[in-house]
Amino acid sequence: MSILEVDNLSVSFKQYTSGLRQHTQEVISNLSMELVSGEILAVVGASGSGKSLLAHAILGILPSNAQTSGKIRFDGEVLTTKLQEQLRGKEIALVPQSVSFLDPLMRVGAQVRTSVRKGKAKEAQKKVFERYHLKEEVENMYPFQLSGGMARRILVSTAMVSGARVIIADEPTPGLDSVVIKEALTNFREFADQGCAVMLISHDIESALQVADKVAVFYGGTVLEIAPAENFEGNGDRLQHHYSKALWRALPQNDFTCEFKN
Amino acid sequence: MRWRFTRNLGIFLFWKAIKMASLLVAISFLSFLLVKQSPIDPIQAYVGADMLNVSPEQRERIEEYWGLNEPIMEQFWSWGSAILSGDLGTSMIYRLPVSEVIGERFINSIALMSTAWVLSGIIGFSMGVLAAMKKDTWIDRIIKWYCYTLASTPTFWMGLLLLIVFAVWLNWFPVGMGVPAGVLAEDVNIMDRIKHLILPALTLSIIGVANIALHTRQKLIEVLSSDYVVFARARGEKGFTLFWRHGLRNIALPAITLQFAAFSELFGGAVLAEQVFSYPGLGQATVEAGLRGDVPLLLGLVLFSAIFVFVGNLIADIIYRVVDPRTRKEQSYAAK
Ligand SMILES: Nc1ncnc2c1ncn2[C@@H]1O[C@H](COP(=O)(O)OP(=O)(O)O)[C@@H](O)[C@H]1O
Ligand SMILES: [Mg+2]
Repeated sequence: MSILEVDNLSVSFKQYTSGLRQHTQEVISNLSMELVSGEILAVVGASGSGKSLLAHAILGILPSNAQTSGKIRFDGEVLTTKLQEQLRGKEIALVPQSVSFLDPLMRVGAQVRTSVRKGKAKEAQKKVFERYHLKEEVENMYPFQLSGGMARRILVSTAMVSGARVIIADEPTPGLDSVVIKEALTNFREFADQGCAVMLISHDIESALQVADKVAVFYGGTVLEIAPAENFEGNGDRLQHHYSKALWRALPQNDFTCEFKN
Repeated sequence: MRWRFTRNLGIFLFWKAIKMASLLVAISFLSFLLVKQSPIDPIQAYVGADMLNVSPEQRERIEEYWGLNEPIMEQFWSWGSAILSGDLGTSMIYRLPVSEVIGERFINSIALMSTAWVLSGIIGFSMGVLAAMKKDTWIDRIIKWYCYTLASTPTFWMGLLLLIVFAVWLNWFPVGMGVPAGVLAEDVNIMDRIKHLILPALTLSIIGVANIALHTRQKLIEVLSSDYVVFARARGEKGFTLFWRHGLRNIALPAITLQFAAFSELFGGAVLAEQVFSYPGLGQATVEAGLRGDVPLLLGLVLFSAIFVFVGNLIADIIYRVVDPRTRKEQSYAAK
C-alpha cells in the first residue's frame, strides 16, 4: 500500500546573478515516485544530482529561495505546507547523514527525547538506547564525544522513537566502516519489516542493494527508472536505461566478471 | 575524570597568571620610559604656579631628593619595588595617595560602566536576535543600519548630542558632574547620583550595542542555517521553541564571552564619555592626569586599566572553558 506519492515534482532556485538579474535554476524536474509500506526504496545517484533536495522537499524544509511545483500525497492527501508542518517528525522522519545534524551543545539523550511524539519520552529513550546497545552514560554525552557508530545509532534512534510511518534516510552510510554500515542497513530493514516505508538515499548502489526492495536511479534531478532490486544482476541486461547499466557495471566486482568473460 | 578537568584549569590559570605578570612588567616599563621621554617636568608639575619662586639651587636639591639624576633603570627599579610593596605614590593634582584616588574614582566608574555594560549587553543581544529572526525584512535593515551608523559614531559626539537634547533643551537631566554642585557630600542622595549617571551610561550603551548586536545577528543566522537546525525543523520544531532550544543555546556563550572581552572598549568609551559629562570617574582622572602631568597617577591608572581589561579577557576565557562542553574534553570516545 502506497503511503507517500511524489507526482511530477520540480524544485528550482531563484538566484541573483551579476547585475541583479534574476534567474531560476531547476534542480529537480518532473520527478514521480512512491513509497510503499513494508518496502525500502533506494534512491541512487551521483552526488549533486538533487537527492537531498528531494528529501527536504518531501519534509518541507527547503531553503527560502527554493520554489516547488507538482504534488506530494501522504495517505492520499495532498501535502500542503501546513500539513507538512504537522506531519514532519510525527509521520515522516528524517535520518540525517552525519553527527553535524545534532545540536553540539545539547546532550544526546535530550535530543532523542525531544523526538518522542507519543507517550513517555524518558521511557522511550531508555528503551531505544537498550535496543541499539547504547550504554546508559551515552545519554549524558555531547555529540562530539560520540564515535561514528554511536552517532549513527543516535540518529536512527530519533527516527525510531518518533513513531513515524515514513523514514527518509539521507546518505546514512558514508565514512563508516563496513560493520557499522551493515548495522545501519539492518536497522532500516527492521523499520520496513515493521510496516514503515523507507526511502534510502545513497550514492553507494552496492550497499543499498543489500537491503532495498526497489531502486530508483536518479540522474540530473529526475528519476530515470525504478527497478526491482533483483534486476541488478549479471550484466545489467534487465535494466532499461544506459545510465543504470553503466552505474551497475561500474562496480568493481562487475567489471571483474566482464573482463573474465572476454 | 573530574580531577583532570580541574587540573587542566589549574594549569591554565597558572599560565594566565604568569602572562599577566609579564604583561604588567612590560607595560610598566614601557609607560615609565614614555613618561620619562615626555616633555613633562615632574618638578614643575608638582610645584605648579609657585615654580617662579623656586631657585635653580632648590630645584637641584629637589631633583637629588627625588633621585631624578640617577640612571633610568635605577629609577624604574625604585618605582617598581615601591609598587610591589603596594605604594603607588601620591597624586600631584589631588594631593592624595594614588591608590585612594583610583579607588574612589573606580567606584564612580564601576557604577557607570556596569550599567552601560548590562544595558548594551541585553539590548544589543536582543537586537541581534530580532534582526536574525527577521532577516532581510525592514526590521533587520533598520537594526543593521543603526549598528553600522553607530559603529562609526565617536563617543564624545554622541555624548554631546545627548547632553544638548536631554540636559540643555529638555532639562530632564543635570548637565554634568557626578553629584549636584554646591551640595555637601553627606546630603547627596542616591536619586541624585542616578540622575547624574543616566546620560553618560546611555551614551556608552547606545554606542556599545552595535558590536554585540551585529555579532549576535551574524552568529544566529549561522546557527539557523546549520544542519542541526534543519534537522530540528525536520523533527517538527519551530518558532520560539526552536529558537529557545537550539538558537539561544548556541549563541549565548559567544555573546557572553564577547561582552567580557569588550572591557577595553568599555574603558575607552568611559574615558571619553566621562570627559564630556565631567563625570568624576577613572576616565576623567586619566585625562586630567595626562594633561596636567600627574605622573604617579597616570602610571597607576595605566596599570589599573591593564588589569581591568586583562581580567575581562580572563573571565571570557574561563567561561568558555568551564561552560562549553567541547572545551572540557572529558571521557571523549571520539578522541580515542
Ligand atoms: N540553497 C541552494 N541554492 C541553490 N542551489 C542549490 C541549493 N542547495 C542545493 N543546490 C543545488 O542543488 C543541487 C543538488 O543538491 P543536493 O540535493 O544536495 O545533491 P545530492 O544530495 O544529490 O548530493 C546541487 O548541485 C546544488 O548546486
Ligand atoms: Mg546529499
